[in-house]
Amino acid sequence: MEPKLALQLKGISKRFGNVIANNKVDLDLRYGEILAVLGENGSGKTTLMNMIAGIYYPDEGEIFVNGEPVAIQSPKDAFDHRIGMIHQHFKLVDIFTATENIVLGIDDGKKFNLAEAEKSVSEITERYGFEMNPHKKIYNMAVSEKQTVEILKVLYRGADILILDEPTAVLTPQETDKLFAVLRRMREDGKSIIIITHKLHEVMAISDRVAVLRRGEHIATVETAESTEASLTEMMVGKKVSLNIERDEPKGPVDRLEVRGVNCVSPEGVKLLDDINFTARAGEILGIAGIAGSGQRELLEAIAGLQPLESGEIIYHNPQTEEAEDLRNKTPQQIRELGVRLSFVPEDRLGMGLVGNMDIIDNMMLRSYRRGKSIFLDRKQPHALADEIISSLEVVTPNAQTPVRRLSGGNVQKVLVGREIASAPTVLMAAYPVRGLDINSSYTIYNLLNGQKKNGVAVIYVGEDLDVLLELCDRILVICGGKISGIVDGRTATKEQVGLLMTKVGGETPKEKEVTGA
Amino acid sequence: MNEEESKSIGEQPEKTPVAPAEEKKEREPLFHITKRDGVTWKQAIGIRALAILAALVFSALVTVVLTRDNPLSVYATLVKGAFGKGRTLVTIHDIAILLCVSLAVTPAFRMRFWNTGAEGQTLIGGLATALVMFGLHDKVPTAVLVLLMLLAGLAAGAVWGVIPAVFKAQWKTNETLFTLMMNYVAIQLVQYFLKVADKSGSNVVGPRLLGDGIPNLFGVPYLFNILVVGVLTGVLYVYLRYSKHGYEISVVGESENTARYIGINVKKVIIRTMVLSGLICGLAGFLIVGGASHAVNPDIVGGRGFTAIMVSWLGKFNPLYMILTTLLIVFMGRGADEISTQFGLSTSFSDILTGIILFFIIGCEFFIRYQVHFNRRKKAETAEEKEES
Repeated sequence: MEPKLALQLKGISKRFGNVIANNKVDLDLRYGEILAVLGENGSGKTTLMNMIAGIYYPDEGEIFVNGEPVAIQSPKDAFDHRIGMIHQHFKLVDIFTATENIVLGIDDGKKFNLAEAEKSVSEITERYGFEMNPHKKIYNMAVSEKQTVEILKVLYRGADILILDEPTAVLTPQETDKLFAVLRRMREDGKSIIIITHKLHEVMAISDRVAVLRRGEHIATVETAESTEASLTEMMVGKKVSLNIERDEPKGPVDRLEVRGVNCVSPEGVKLLDDINFTARAGEILGIAGIAGSGQRELLEAIAGLQPLESGEIIYHNPQTEEAEDLRNKTPQQIRELGVRLSFVPEDRLGMGLVGNMDIIDNMMLRSYRRGKSIFLDRKQPHALADEIISSLEVVTPNAQTPVRRLSGGNVQKVLVGREIASAPTVLMAAYPVRGLDINSSYTIYNLLNGQKKNGVAVIYVGEDLDVLLELCDRILVICGGKISGIVDGRTATKEQVGLLMTKVGGETPKEKEVTGA
Repeated sequence: MNEEESKSIGEQPEKTPVAPAEEKKEREPLFHITKRDGVTWKQAIGIRALAILAALVFSALVTVVLTRDNPLSVYATLVKGAFGKGRTLVTIHDIAILLCVSLAVTPAFRMRFWNTGAEGQTLIGGLATALVMFGLHDKVPTAVLVLLMLLAGLAAGAVWGVIPAVFKAQWKTNETLFTLMMNYVAIQLVQYFLKVADKSGSNVVGPRLLGDGIPNLFGVPYLFNILVVGVLTGVLYVYLRYSKHGYEISVVGESENTARYIGINVKKVIIRTMVLSGLICGLAGFLIVGGASHAVNPDIVGGRGFTAIMVSWLGKFNPLYMILTTLLIVFMGRGADEISTQFGLSTSFSDILTGIILFFIIGCEFFIRYQVHFNRRKKAETAEEKEES
């Protein structure tokens, strides 16, 4: 008999309607190893993990824990089998402290004793080298601290098998390194860890073995030491892919959009943007880097006319009339009436950029439906545009009448970016346009942005992957706590330099912000 | 329950990684539920037809158990009650009026504005119509009178609709409570009118004081109302589906953020759409008072403002589907009344039947969206078959 495995999946299948999310997947996890699960979007990684964690129940197949068949019907069952999952989206109570969140919902029959619990939480933090204050309230925490709480929650419940769903997506390079150090200590302690990630270099850095999924099927599990980034990509995509992004020198850049001394305050009185100054030039890609929630969204929305300014100006240099227009506090409709061709790919694709329940044609109309005096809609042009985008960007869809929420993430994004580019913009803003996209779709988007740059569009790209930012952008603006902490040249800057700037001004709490200043 | 299941150890956490050698099997769930990826219209109709069939069978059972009457003759009476001799026209008129009120709430619902005030908006439209009839029925020619009645009804409905809309747009008040409370204001106003108009103390102001209202078209009663609602259904369908306004309503309803993002003035759309909703309610009030009852009292709308909410939802906010849902509801209501009289049953019994049928029809939507899988798999290792329970 083969040696006992911490976890073994045999022939696991899961279907959602006609979509096969997982097809007869086999997977095994040894004691004391870190297994990376790699795959493009829609390859079924998260679904598979959710079945181990008790969120879904498999249609077919068996799960063995410590060599025994188990039926995991709920997250509680999973915990009973000492399996814990750290989800991409945190599930914490904001007004509770770290410890309170960790013990929340535990029913071990013993009397509730917070001091006792705190002690054992501290033990765990010391053992694995976490940095965390158990009394801190969640709403005061940075994203990385919240993640720590989620991990502790799972460890406190005694999990021996930990599943982390894209834990590094929200972290800076420095925080990622810290997390990896903790994971290695857990491995030494005999824990088995599954980590889902898109980033190949992280797979190489942390994992012992890699399981590759493609279109719901398990392609292979290989030793990390015996593979390369290129070989993994090939397995993941099914063909050879070039991983280089082209970057031409900007041709005759002229100032297109000037942001001067912009301040924004939330309705609750929190400063969102603090004295922002920069210029976006035509024919250049300006990257914006920063930890999630540092004011990137507010900045783009302020330019697009969706976020009222406290003070400052946003000057648009119109290439046709040579006139400078102030876009400050104008509605999107007024901005368009000024002849400003501003396109915006917002972060929230289905909640803002598109209407999920409408078909592709009706989504094409969002920008253009007002055209003409008729009180009725003209669906002919949008239909033609939809067909054109579907064929030129290779959108996978049954037809143009399919509601966009039925499409996969990458195809949703192609529809959105395609529409925004179709209006021949002079300024194109894109917030996290490749988030959640697979490698092929990501490169399609990079190429589209590069194409716009060549056409003399001022492109503003908010990204989270520093490697991509450094490869794609001509200049990178780093934002931290609503303030610009630096603008660097994309060709010469290093990842560490940008990573440091991302945390330089202030950090998350307003108090520290005042101390450090600019 | 077979042996396997009772031996389940699902509840006990396993503390040791070392497992005892003998068989330890965990209970598998009997079934699990998955979301469907969308069904073909044929399947959807099939599921709904099955639901109606199941409802009829179940109602028949209930009928037999509770009343010992023959269910088939009960069903025959049901059909006769709605479409029997001399009843068809009244039934169609009932459908038209309920459909009219349902059409009124639909634009608001498509905008996710939960207008629960159709009852009051219709009633106030009816009151305004009645006021015009009360004051002018013997003073101006019929054509002018009808026009004035129409304008008064529309205006009153629009006012009742726009007040909560303005509050929602400006101060984000809760439209459900606001529109609901406006109903009571309308009822009180009608009662006040009754007191003032008819000193005799009757609680209905009828044709004696209001005149004859809208004359019969081609000598057929109610024909005017039915035609107006027929045309309105088509117009509203086109408006919601093919006009720019209709498109804006859908965008605002689906996502206010998207609407802001593309520069739709959300406040304007909310107010405009509620004016429309109120106008159609006002029209319904005008049709009820001017074209049917020729009388006014707080019950003339008869709860249609609330039934309309169900009609609109069941019809998926599509005016054409809503014709079918009103048909069903009115048919059931009228047929059930007939059953109570014919078989000497309490009216509650007809409510039970209507309830059963609606339960099945609404409940079947679950099976259109989700699929239930039964786990009949066998475990190869144990070669033990699970029995279906």
